[in-house]
Amino acid sequence: MQLLMVFALVCTVGSAYGAGDTMPASLTGTRGDPAHGRAIVVNRQLGLCILCHGGPFPEERFQGDLAPDLKGVGARLSEGQLRQRIVDSGKISIMPAYFRTEGLIRVAPAFQGKTILSAQQIEDVVAYLATLRD
Amino acid sequence: MLALPASADEARRSGYDFMSRATRAMQDEDAANTGMLWVKDGEALWNGKAGGANRACADCHGDAVASMKGVATRYPAFDARMRRPVSLEQRINLCRTEKQKATPLAHEGPDLLALSAYIGMQSRGMPIAIVMDENTKPFLEAGRETFNRRQGQLNLSCAQCHEDNWGRKLAGNPITQAHPTGYPLYRLEWQGVGSLQRRLRNCLVGTRTQAYAYGAPEFVDLELFLMWRANGMTLETPAVRP
Repeated sequence: MQLLMVFALVCTVGSAYGAGDTMPASLTGTRGDPAHGRAIVVNRQLGLCILCHGGPFPEERFQGDLAPDLKGVGARLSEGQLRQRIVDSGKISIMPAYFRTEGLIRVAPAFQGKTILSAQQIEDVVAYLATLRD
Repeated sequence: MLALPASADEARRSGYDFMSRATRAMQDEDAANTGMLWVKDGEALWNGKAGGANRACADCHGDAVASMKGVATRYPAFDARMRRPVSLEQRINLCRTEKQKATPLAHEGPDLLALSAYIGMQSRGMPIAIVMDENTKPFLEAGRETFNRRQGQLNLSCAQCHEDNWGRKLAGNPITQAHPTGYPLYRLEWQGVGSLQRRLRNCLVGTRTQAYAYGAPEFVDLELFLMWRANGMTLETPAVRP
């Protein structure tokens, strides 16, 4: 318990994120659908997640390893923290901001003015990642 | 000439070093290297008369095996009249329009790829040797800036993958150090030979960045920076890559 509290303290106080560490409120006001979220995570054209992250997706052969494995991510991070990192991870990593259209350079015409995922899709992904507790 | 730090030099690895044994074997054996078909086509083009001048490359330059030896290790190279570096493909087209009085060959078309593969082949095994003088340096710096600039919807720079994360896997494939040691080269994914600029476009499309046009100054500057960064590494043209 004490260890958990220290961990929480480090996460909030010692945060290196340009943006806040956590974004507790749902982008849509409702909970996402974990099944949809999983489909988005493993979709290489939509979520793009497994290009960089590995995870508990035994059916997916070609996963990345330049970002942390998603196994157990729901135990390591709160839903608010997951949401913040997907929306805009700030300076903590090179991970693209999935819900931002400002401050980008030379975006290909087909993607100009568009976020990588919609608010609903991000909520679905958050709901799914939160289930990855082992 | 600007020297690369020794530490970077020791760590440098060609894309070849990241390949499977089977793909390496394909490059190592000329009879198995599909890129050699383009080289053969290039040899025929080198010796064929073209344009209003009805002149072949060989009519001025003679036997490419002797006259083109080492040339590809120095491109992109500064051109005094263009007042900027030109790629090997652009040099071929300058020769075509000015000396042969022929129409320029299309970028990424079979003839320009064949000729550049044939010319590149004459430098196979030689160290890349971009000359960095005062004229060239501003273009090198422009290329370096592009290399380090986060771009596109995914907001990634070349350096974030190819310097900070080389050796790790992107979608199951190792990320290389982005040393252009073997262009033009045969890529299994393309089922054909392509230029360095085609490969750069692949990365730009992947990061959802608006690509530059073939031959655009930004592309040549980036090509110049990457080749200079690979100075001293062995040219493998025509290389094979997955």
